[in-house]
Amino acid sequence: MAEIKTEVMTVNMGPQHPSTHGVLRLVLELDGETILSAAPTIGYLHTGIEKTAEQKKWQQVIPLVERMDYLSAQSNSMAFCMSAETLLGIEVPERVRNIRVLIAELQRINSHLVWLGTHGMEVGAVSVMLYCFRERELLLNINELLAGFRMFPSYMRIGGLREDLPRGFHEAVGAFLDRFGPKLDEYEALLTENEIYRERTRGVGRISREDALAFGLVGPIARAAGVNYDVRKAFPYLGYDTYEFDVPTREAGDAYSRYQVRVAEMRESLKLCRQALERIPPRGAWAIDDPRITPPPKDRVYTEMEALIQHFLVYSQGFTVPAGEAYVPVEGPRGEHGFSIVSDGTNRPWRVKARAPSLLACQALERMIVGGLIADVIAVIGSIDVVMGDVDR
Amino acid sequence: MDRDALLDVLRQAAPGAALEAAPSVDLQTTVYVDRDHLPAVASALRDRPELRFALLAEVTAADFHPREPRFEVIYLLVSIEHRMRVRLKVRLQGEDARVATVSNLWPAAGWLEREVWDLFGIVFDGHPDLRRLLMPEDWEGFPLRKDYPVQIRQDVQSTEPLQVTEQEFRANLQRDRMARK
Repeated sequence: MAEIKTEVMTVNMGPQHPSTHGVLRLVLELDGETILSAAPTIGYLHTGIEKTAEQKKWQQVIPLVERMDYLSAQSNSMAFCMSAETLLGIEVPERVRNIRVLIAELQRINSHLVWLGTHGMEVGAVSVMLYCFRERELLLNINELLAGFRMFPSYMRIGGLREDLPRGFHEAVGAFLDRFGPKLDEYEALLTENEIYRERTRGVGRISREDALAFGLVGPIARAAGVNYDVRKAFPYLGYDTYEFDVPTREAGDAYSRYQVRVAEMRESLKLCRQALERIPPRGAWAIDDPRITPPPKDRVYTEMEALIQHFLVYSQGFTVPAGEAYVPVEGPRGEHGFSIVSDGTNRPWRVKARAPSLLACQALERMIVGGLIADVIAVIGSIDVVMGDVDR
Repeated sequence: MDRDALLDVLRQAAPGAALEAAPSVDLQTTVYVDRDHLPAVASALRDRPELRFALLAEVTAADFHPREPRFEVIYLLVSIEHRMRVRLKVRLQGEDARVATVSNLWPAAGWLEREVWDLFGIVFDGHPDLRRLLMPEDWEGFPLRKDYPVQIRQDVQSTEPLQVTEQEFRANLQRDRMARK
């Protein structure tokens, strides 16, 4: 029999590939089906948001930062507002804090649902995607009710919220929370004990606890590898220390344990949402009472001269933020994120830097896939839940 | 551990380092260090048992053009064990914007430092792979510098379509056919 000639093959996976969640390019060196080396290439979605933000007034940055990461839009804008509020030295009212907790947790459920749906679909469980997007639709409806916008509501403001909660908000969220618990059991019934899914994900894309820390991984990926770090517990903000919830962790560090951590996190978020919803009175303060930052209510703008002037000032000049630097970490759906902002004391930020957990996850991707099979790459990319908009900004 | 205790530990670990605490309004204790002692201070922060800043959350920079020293490189560190956060800063002159890499201590710094190089043009000495990360590889200039215009058009070689002559195309076809035989 003639000798079979083999050679190492270089394959470009992406940037246009349905399972790369955007435009991630992987240059893979393959020996048969085994991956010898992997070089992730990013930057295809770089839009210069950080440079643009330097040209905007403080409140105008909010829509920009929401568009960085379409799955944690409200969490992003909340983190930005909290950093700016820290520099301003202002404290938002108790009710706003609870509303922010509620919105952030709904956002986490939203993000994890999209993750579960797409990840499930990529490893062959298409029905999971249909179920997850069904529930996500309800969350988008809540966003629409809240702010008239489904994906990027821009509902957060420095100093509080854009306006008060709409009528029927409590009922809508309550109805979703009642419905969601049993649905979560249904997703688990589809995947947790599913032999095919377990075969595809167990022991795949493994990363050790030490590597996870060294590569700066946070959030569900790190917690699935045994790093017990959750900003909500370690450095509580928004009064998270007064809520009752657990931080699920696993030890294996593979794709399956990431799945387990995220599903468990959705249950914890559900608990948090219920607690937050109970604490929010239907009517009350939605922003701080500071005429420099919060524009006056519309009925006063239309009837009082002073209010009109104030409205004009807030919208034309904005407000100045004392010079300094602030970074308030927030536990987003993909782990610790936040905005490291520098102010020079004017009405525009001097520097806005987003901490992007997806960027570090992409960097560590090489660690997770080298030595594995090419078919597993898709399961691993899915399991680290990267949003390329957040990677490239 | 408060700010003064932290500074004492660092002074002990890196004798001669010009450490300087700065006021801070957030969770982070802010410490300035001079460029030459950054590696010593960084490894002390990571390895001393009373510090253990195992997680490098962020490496970024700010450009204060036209002020000198022009750049500040900012490292955000987290000690999960002791629930502490530190913001370590290094001032750099515009003429001589280079600093030692910390990617040997925290591999996470690999891409973070590449991003700072890409957008600010700050060189990280000893970095294993200092290439552009977000911008195209043949981009000119460093976009996040303050003296870089907000709107600019640049034609980038790497995105231009590859032009093949007819002869080359036919030769390729021929080679392809031969290979399949």
